[in-house]
Amino acid sequence: MNDTTLQNFQTQQDSSTASEGAVRGPYSEAPTPDKGQPVTRNESVEENLSVRVRDLSLWYGEHQALDDISIDIFANTVTALIGPSGCGKSTFLRCLNRMNDLISSVSIKGLVEMDGRDVNARGMDEVALRRRVGMVFQKPNPFPKSIYENVAYAPRMHDMVSRKADQDELVERALRDAGLWNEVKDKLYEPGTSLSGGQQQRLCIARAIAVRPDVILMDEPTSALDPISTATIEDLMDKLKQDFTIVTVTHNMQQAARVADYTAFFHLGEMIEYNATKQMFANPHTKKAEDYITGRYG
Amino acid sequence: MRHYTSALYRRRRFVNRCAMVLCLLAAFFGLAWLVLILGTLMVKGVSALSLDVFFERTRMRDGGLGNAILGSLILTSAATAIGTLVGVAAGTWLAEYGGKSRLARAVRFINDVLLSAPSIIIGLFVYAVLVLPMGHFSGWAGIAALTVIIVPVVIRSTEDMLNLVPTELREAASALGAHRWWVVSRVCYSGARAGIVTGILLGGARISGETAPLLFTSLNSNQWNFFDMQGEMPNLPMTLYQNMTINSFIPDLVNLAWTGAMILTLGILILNIVARFVSRQSH
Repeated sequence: MNDTTLQNFQTQQDSSTASEGAVRGPYSEAPTPDKGQPVTRNESVEENLSVRVRDLSLWYGEHQALDDISIDIFANTVTALIGPSGCGKSTFLRCLNRMNDLISSVSIKGLVEMDGRDVNARGMDEVALRRRVGMVFQKPNPFPKSIYENVAYAPRMHDMVSRKADQDELVERALRDAGLWNEVKDKLYEPGTSLSGGQQQRLCIARAIAVRPDVILMDEPTSALDPISTATIEDLMDKLKQDFTIVTVTHNMQQAARVADYTAFFHLGEMIEYNATKQMFANPHTKKAEDYITGRYG
Repeated sequence: MRHYTSALYRRRRFVNRCAMVLCLLAAFFGLAWLVLILGTLMVKGVSALSLDVFFERTRMRDGGLGNAILGSLILTSAATAIGTLVGVAAGTWLAEYGGKSRLARAVRFINDVLLSAPSIIIGLFVYAVLVLPMGHFSGWAGIAALTVIIVPVVIRSTEDMLNLVPTELREAASALGAHRWWVVSRVCYSGARAGIVTGILLGGARISGETAPLLFTSLNSNQWNFFDMQGEMPNLPMTLYQNMTINSFIPDLVNLAWTGAMILTLGILILNIVARFVSRQSH
């Protein structure tokens, strides 16, 4: 166990010195310093910051759904967001690719930075952002088109390919990465909706990774699936994190324990605890998280 | 086994059976009229059917319905074309952009009012704003009146069909980095296409039989009118009306009217079948 607890985040540190890497600075200034929870990181893995969120609050009309969320999400890790229904974890996930823009009554305060760029900045095009941040939804939602077309859809939309051969190659690569190639290579032109639920979800993953995003957001990706399909997707997440940063919302704590490097616990719009998964499940620092993890509520 | 024979369940079975029989009777009652109408039209219409019906103009003696059929085709297809452009655009705005805004709600309400407005009122309106200022009846005025009737039909069906497109598909496309208009034009339209086309076809069928709005607008004519939109446009519904009423003392014209009614009904029937076919193909 190389877990180190960073205790020094009370200090207001300049993030420029922090990003040097000698001292693990960027993480030390956050999360939720005022709440004073320690954050443990796995020092054995070389980690880079992918998403930085500071003091993020969100309202649906009058109702506040997120309250002062601050979190660092590291590149090439799986981060799980857990918590009871209605705690804001899906809402938070949707802040990362600005899917909440589609809802007119939403107002947002705070900072969401992806690779050092403020995603809510005036100059930031949400379309360009979503090109970098893929998303997989709770219910598999392939387009009513062929398997091939589903995967080729986004690359074509973003003018990533000009020749048919390049496109074929890209589709094959995405399907291989999603672990679906062997099952569908002989029926690429059949409708995506003809696949089983688990296959459809992997098709949606292939569709998302076809444009090679940096981050993949998954909103309860296995809650509509059977245990075998779920296991397949979990294995896939483990593999995909070599190339992508994965943030996943899950209702299933065992799933978080199995796949996630980091786990954030949400409760009633607040982030109560954010920790390395091992730490979170073995020795949670907050009473609420402990009660939730041990099944006392939720 | 006691439960299956108890009085309660026996009574429920009886009520169930009665309801079923009543429903069947109601269905047959409705269908019977349709069969009667079609049967009457066939029996009375076939006798005067000949090629002359399509290639001769309306006359007091030895005429056909050619000019009226052509005129009706011109009026209906022009109004349907304009109605499609306006109606699909407006329906798209209501479903995809307007949402629950005050303007959208107002437009929706006005559209519903228009949808149920008596067609003769629409005819009078066009008479007042187009025919009187122009000083004469015209094909344009007829097209305007029919367009006013078909637009709300198309708006309503377009909005309803777009609302049926699952939000998940819109989100999937948005999350891949699709612009709003891309989502609407590539995802929503492709999902709703069959329903929208069906709505347009049914709207076309509806206006092809409208008589009242044409009374004040395109009027009727017994001459051929090849796309002279400034002039009076002959049309089938008005011709039927005239042959059956003011010209009813001439048996040939009455028979011709029956044939015209049959042609009109078959045309609408074909449109309906095409609409059915289109909507089924998408599933």
